Amino acid sequence: MKKPLLDIQNLHVALPEGSQRPYAVRDASMTLHQNEILCVVGESGSGKSLTARAVMGLLPRPHVHIAKGAIDFQGEDLATVSDARMREIRGSEISMIFQEPMTALNPVMTIGRQIDEVFRFHRAMTSKKRREQAIKLLDDVHLPDPDKIVDAHPHELSGGQRQRAMIAMALALDPKILIADEPTTALDVTTQAQILKLIKEMQEAHNTGVLFITHDFGVVADIADKVVVMQGGEVVETGTADAILNHPQHPYTRDLIRAVPSLTPRPPRNRNVEPVLKVENLDKVFGGGRSFFGFGAEARKVHAVQDVSFEVRRGETLGIVGESGSGKSTVARCIVRLIDADSGRILLEDTDLRPLGRAALRPWRAKIQMVFQDPFASLNPRRKVGAIISQGLRLMGRSAKEAEGRTRELLDIVGLDERAYDRFPHEFSGGQRQRIGIARALALDPEVLVADEPVSALDVSIQAQILTLLDEIRDRMNLTMVFITHDLRVAAQVCDQLVVMRYGQVVEAGLTGEIFANPKHSYTQELLGAVPGKHWDPQATALSA
Amino acid sequence: MSDFWKRFARNRQAIFGLSILGVVIVMAATAQFMFPADPFSLAGRSMSPPGENGFLLGSDSLGRDVAAGIAHGAKTSLFIGLVATLVAVFIGVIMGALAGYYGGWIDDILMRTTEMFQTIPSFVFAILLVAIMKPSIESIIVAIAVVSWPAVARLVRGEFLSLRNREFVQACHTVGMSDVRIMLGEILPNCLSPIIVIGSLMVATAILIESGLAFLGLGDPNIMSWGFQIGAGRTLLRSAWWICTFPGIAILLTVLAINLVGEGLNDALNPRLRERS
Amino acid sequence: MTQNTKRLRYVAKRLLQALPIILAIVILNFFLLQLAEGDAVDVLAGEAGSATPEYMAELRAKFGLDQPLLVQLGVYLWNVIQLDLGYSFRHEMPVSELIFDRMFATALLMVSTIIIAVGFGILLGLFAATGLNTWRDTAISIASLIFYATPLFWVGLMLIVVFSINWGWFPTSGMETIAEFNEGWDRVWDIAHHLVLPTITLSLFYLALYTRLMRASMLEQAGQDYVTTARAKGVTERRIVFVHVLRNALLPVVTMAGVQVGALIGGSVIVESVFAWPGLGSLAFESLRSRDLNLLLGIFLLSAILVVAVNLVVDIIYSTLDPRIEVS
Repeated sequence: MKKPLLDIQNLHVALPEGSQRPYAVRDASMTLHQNEILCVVGESGSGKSLTARAVMGLLPRPHVHIAKGAIDFQGEDLATVSDARMREIRGSEISMIFQEPMTALNPVMTIGRQIDEVFRFHRAMTSKKRREQAIKLLDDVHLPDPDKIVDAHPHELSGGQRQRAMIAMALALDPKILIADEPTTALDVTTQAQILKLIKEMQEAHNTGVLFITHDFGVVADIADKVVVMQGGEVVETGTADAILNHPQHPYTRDLIRAVPSLTPRPPRNRNVEPVLKVENLDKVFGGGRSFFGFGAEARKVHAVQDVSFEVRRGETLGIVGESGSGKSTVARCIVRLIDADSGRILLEDTDLRPLGRAALRPWRAKIQMVFQDPFASLNPRRKVGAIISQGLRLMGRSAKEAEGRTRELLDIVGLDERAYDRFPHEFSGGQRQRIGIARALALDPEVLVADEPVSALDVSIQAQILTLLDEIRDRMNLTMVFITHDLRVAAQVCDQLVVMRYGQVVEAGLTGEIFANPKHSYTQELLGAVPGKHWDPQATALSA
Repeated sequence: MSDFWKRFARNRQAIFGLSILGVVIVMAATAQFMFPADPFSLAGRSMSPPGENGFLLGSDSLGRDVAAGIAHGAKTSLFIGLVATLVAVFIGVIMGALAGYYGGWIDDILMRTTEMFQTIPSFVFAILLVAIMKPSIESIIVAIAVVSWPAVARLVRGEFLSLRNREFVQACHTVGMSDVRIMLGEILPNCLSPIIVIGSLMVATAILIESGLAFLGLGDPNIMSWGFQIGAGRTLLRSAWWICTFPGIAILLTVLAINLVGEGLNDALNPRLRERS
Repeated sequence: MTQNTKRLRYVAKRLLQALPIILAIVILNFFLLQLAEGDAVDVLAGEAGSATPEYMAELRAKFGLDQPLLVQLGVYLWNVIQLDLGYSFRHEMPVSELIFDRMFATALLMVSTIIIAVGFGILLGLFAATGLNTWRDTAISIASLIFYATPLFWVGLMLIVVFSINWGWFPTSGMETIAEFNEGWDRVWDIAHHLVLPTITLSLFYLALYTRLMRASMLEQAGQDYVTTARAKGVTERRIVFVHVLRNALLPVVTMAGVQVGALIGGSVIVESVFAWPGLGSLAFESLRSRDLNLLLGIFLLSAILVVAVNLVVDIIYSTLDPRIEVS
């Protein structure tokens, strides 16, 4: 067998003293060969990113450093190599792309100059030649108008374009290894698909070895040749993509794969006929006003929601799916009256909530509650959990004792210990905080629960638990749900009906099973086609394992 | 709370500042007992150098005790610094909270006003205000507060602006909580730390402004202050250096101490910022 | 749209935004004048020693002081537009003339102070940040902490005691040695010699401010993601500091330099009165002594306009440093 490009043996990355654990990465070994994509998968805190940074010599020294182990790169040990030599290797033989292409590029330097630096530090070339090369590279990553983009600043490009520019920069000198640290996590699903395709294309064209860090098994299924699964800083399983994805051995890998929602929608349930919530011709425009004295230029108008209509029947879950900027969150906020829509009707049990004033709305508030996305921002850090959950009950005039009793009951319903009542939010993990958020929303016995990306900030195993909890609660309390998500896998498992949105408009609506089986609108088709790992069914693996 | 003290106490600079500030406070509190006489009154031979004729820090051309002036001046500085800051913080929090929470025209007016205040040379404005209102302790406090509140308003506006869209605040809206209750009960407690920090640093600035006003002869004529002492002694710089020197050191140490405490508070209240540097 | 036209539009927009602020300051000025006890006629009457109420009423009518407030405001605005800032009865000269006479001295002091404070502030901040937690960082940080807490007038007096009285290196006051009737380069040299102590005095506080700001800004930028990217490209640490971090770190310092111009004018009142520097500051101090409010308000108005002008220059500089300037 050919000698590997990169051979990591027994790598230990030490954390500063007083941290939760002594090593961020512990005894990790893996190899990467030429013309191969090695995916390192794991949840947050698994040490996957630090492993990548250790290879690049980019650990935040001196606090975090390599304590033991070797990183063999073509006969050189990167764990012990000199800083000067490491600098030579970086950018020319091993290069790296990052998760956030906006912050990873210098905001005050043109794209061309940032690419130029790579040549300047590693090759002797004239500045004219360097510029030509930069333009050619931009062309190679399929950026439109490379002559213009070479002189553009990062803020003038879209997220996907910035990531392309990053890839152009990383591949400038035809490196042997490309390290990609969650390069598509910050991107929309259709952009993600394009970037993944580009990485694969470049890798094949240059015989590059790619070390790809990700948390997403769908992405793994799309591009990996080999997979390393990490948990809590340790490698738990290594194998070919087929072996890991379809025949996982380690229980942790199996759990992770079982937690990935299947893209095959679950069988349709019996439908209730009674509509609970009807939204008709909803419209919302942001901006457009002039600032004080009329001197400011007219603010840009954004038609965030345009003529959106749908209805949800009792006990059903309606999913609103779309990419960023589709207006799906705005719709959710209009329904719960956090944002005032410009026109249209929001009918809850035949009462239009949209024109209601503060006082008139009050009795209706309890009937329609919301679960938020960010479990860290959605709980007031200065209030105890008990107070957070019971504040709605107290506002609605329940006695302190009654409210406390109900709150303790709710904690039990969402699967939290009763002792949580007297604790502060920061003492809980992300998943537990989301449970607290759900308990708060349930406190007023709502008819309708609006959930805005309730699981997208969570690790996949926690995500599965929360989705199960939401399902249970919906059945138990006969709730009607509006579920906002960008993740079609989640939508397939949770929603009875779907509304697909783009640029503020509904492009397609219908039963989930029908839309997945037979998408009519080209955008829906594109969206479904872009879902990572669409040819791999995690549930089949879970059943066979 | 104990966490906060632990972090604060770990900061040697802050502890140093706190001890100096403690000395100044004790000095201000005991001025009446240590130097029971009016600090403006003749206390002995004029122009005595430090250590002579029973004057620890010397006397001025009218035979006033420099040390007594410093002790009584500490009261003035701390009092004006504290009260002016409290007034400025009070105004600034109300304006900033309304602007940040409601946005729209309230915000527009506030932002133009702060911009205007940033454009106006604030010390010149303070001079003008005191000159128009006639120098007195009240007019000085008003002038300092008037030139100081916009900084607080800007800070509080920014905090409210980012917190009002935070999901925990939106959750309060979904249960129909009133605006006043959201502002006071939910948002304000979450921006107390930066307000405390800017407030403590503003006390130092206020003391500097007060001493500058008094130096220019705009102090309250009935109240002893450090700036006044220096202003009165400046013509005697050649013959009696001590009249100007010691009150200046008093200002320097007090302001330094407050700044150190303010930074210590900042580090202790925002532990994340500390880790970065 | 090219970068240049963008920049032009940005500056034009800032200029347009400055107009209402100046207008607001003029109006504020007018009301402050109203607030002050007594009007020009009272002052005149006071000067004359005694005046009959009839004569005073006649004078008021002549100056338009019996008109409704709004009319007076209109007249005041019109006068200000024509650069007529009123009459100083103490100096027996129009306020605007008095101010223009003193402008040069203040401008000289301010420009030299800004150059020293901002220039050395950036250098020292950079120097401290690049040697984080070494002795030079500690020394610079402690020095800037101390100067940040020192009252300007006291620094001036102490510098006079040490450098003028004890050592006789620099003159104690004034802008030039008038008795020598210097001309040409001799005069320039003489003025520069006089300029040293006032400039140092006024600079120290702001030097400390910019040093602290620059240091903090450098440290903040050094933790950004793009620095990691640059490192991943194999760029040297030296270039990372001087090309990537420096330019980003300068942005808040430049903004602050604009914001602080107003404070600098306040400081120059004190410094000029300490060194008897014949600029606007000492004029303000004199007018304060003689309660010549008309003159004080004129200086106040002009200094505000000066700040607006300097801020515009700062905006132009900023727009060359930061490509992200908003145009819409």
